Amino acid sequence: MDLVVQDFPQLLEAMGITLLLGVVSFVLGCALGLPLALARISGYRLLRGVAIAYVSVFRGTPLLIQIMLVYYGLPQLGVMIEPVPSAILALTLYAAAYLSENFRAGVIAVDRGQWEAAQSMGMPYGRLLRRIVAPQAVRVALPPIGSRFIALMKDTSLASVVTVVELTRAAESIGSSTFRYMEAFAVAGLAYWLINTLLSVGQGALERRLGRAYA
Amino acid sequence: MRDDDKGGGADRIAIRALHKRFGALEVLKGVDLTVARGEVVVVMGPSGSGKTTLIRCMNLLEEPDAGTVTVCGRTVECGGAMRRRERARQVRAIRHRTAMVFQQFNLFPHLTALGNVAEGPLSVRGMPREAARVLGLGLLDRVGLADKADEYPARLSGGQKQRVAIARALAMEPEVVLFDEPTSALDPELHAEVLAVMRELARDGMTMVVVTHEVQFAREAADRVVFMDGGVVLESGPPQEFLNHPVHPRAQAFLRLVAHDTPAPPPGGEPPARPARWEHAR
Ligand SMILES: Nc1ncnc2c1ncn2[C@@H]1O[C@H](COP(=O)(O)OP(=O)(O)OP(=O)(O)O)[C@@H](O)[C@H]1O
Ligand SMILES: [Mg+2]
Repeated sequence: MDLVVQDFPQLLEAMGITLLLGVVSFVLGCALGLPLALARISGYRLLRGVAIAYVSVFRGTPLLIQIMLVYYGLPQLGVMIEPVPSAILALTLYAAAYLSENFRAGVIAVDRGQWEAAQSMGMPYGRLLRRIVAPQAVRVALPPIGSRFIALMKDTSLASVVTVVELTRAAESIGSSTFRYMEAFAVAGLAYWLINTLLSVGQGALERRLGRAYA
Repeated sequence: MRDDDKGGGADRIAIRALHKRFGALEVLKGVDLTVARGEVVVVMGPSGSGKTTLIRCMNLLEEPDAGTVTVCGRTVECGGAMRRRERARQVRAIRHRTAMVFQQFNLFPHLTALGNVAEGPLSVRGMPREAARVLGLGLLDRVGLADKADEYPARLSGGQKQRVAIARALAMEPEVVLFDEPTSALDPELHAEVLAVMRELARDGMTMVVVTHEVQFAREAADRVVFMDGGVVLESGPPQEFLNHPVHPRAQAFLRLVAHDTPAPPPGGEPPARPARWEHAR
């Protein structure tokens, strides 16, 4: 238990980095995933093609390779990015591929009659998406999006390979300096679990809120 | 407000030589139809005859392959004759002037009854929130649902849902309301409340196109019944004339079927001449 007390500040800081990686790349991933999903269902073949190719590449290759490509590969092209931003970039690109599929599933689950009712009023496309489709799509997409968020939180541990001192790397370094690997990794694991439990609770509350109209 | 405005703009709807196919299936094979201002037109016909397709072409939810659709003075020429931008402009104008009531209601489940009715005024007509609320409450009152304003659709009966849908349609202050079998998804005992609202609307002079097999409604509220079969209009006339003396054999056969669906007239009442005439016409 000495370990916990002594290295608490370091672990706490690492947990902050993990949260930063997870939350920022989730938010950015959503921001990129949404237009990807809309492109995927649009009437324009070119847009659809781009979205399909994107998802295929970023979902079809290991996240570890994407992270290393950004951090170690891009400098070869003269693009140097700091460890944390490069990890966020890779995690964002990766998360967007999955999230766009979650969004798309939500949108296509909305009954065609809903689109038609809004179209028959002459509602502009953007407003139709925002006011009619999105609220219903989110309800369907929320559980898989929540799972994706949790998976992303755990995936941030891969940032350790590009020198980001997040939870996993911090645990490893504490372990190697104290030879108390068992405790170090157990505490790190507990920290992930705590974060993700909070996320699940938040997801549940949001689901109940969105489900109110359907009770 | 019937039969006024005899000028060139008297027709609210003018459909010309309308064609529509789904793949190999030709569903509309050259339909012509005009609806005058204030007119109530009931469209009948067997399943698959193209009624839904026709009414959905009127607000361009369905894209016709050929022909023209003119609604409230806005014309869409189908079959690629029109520039995309211009066409979109006309479609928008038509949709702003028409409203549709669907067989499956299509209420927005995430909005309350009032939210459903106020949505169009708010996000299409750009009405201020308070004005939309007042308008919505007034319309819910008009369809007898003032007390359900804060209820979500999931908590409403089918008949109540359809009445909210009618209020939602009226909130657009349309010049034409299109109904596609508004009572078909309802249990029989709920038809009356919806039909009553529609009859009142007809009395108030609304221009209406109603796809329905409700013979009684056609008798009381329609100015004209149009009979479709196989993608064409086979017969069209005043309700009493069409319902009592259909000319076309297929109209006769069809009316025999729907007559079996509707409650038989009381034995001693109304002249049972109807069945007799149909027998005769056969
Ligand atoms: N989107 C579609 N794709 C393919 N076929 C369709 C489509 N919509 C309608 N059809 C077909 O077109 C024909 C006419 O359909 P429509 O819905 O207009 O008939 P209807 O007269 O309204 O019939 P009902 O009384 O059953 O509602 C039917 O054979 C139907 O299967
Ligand atoms: Mg139909």
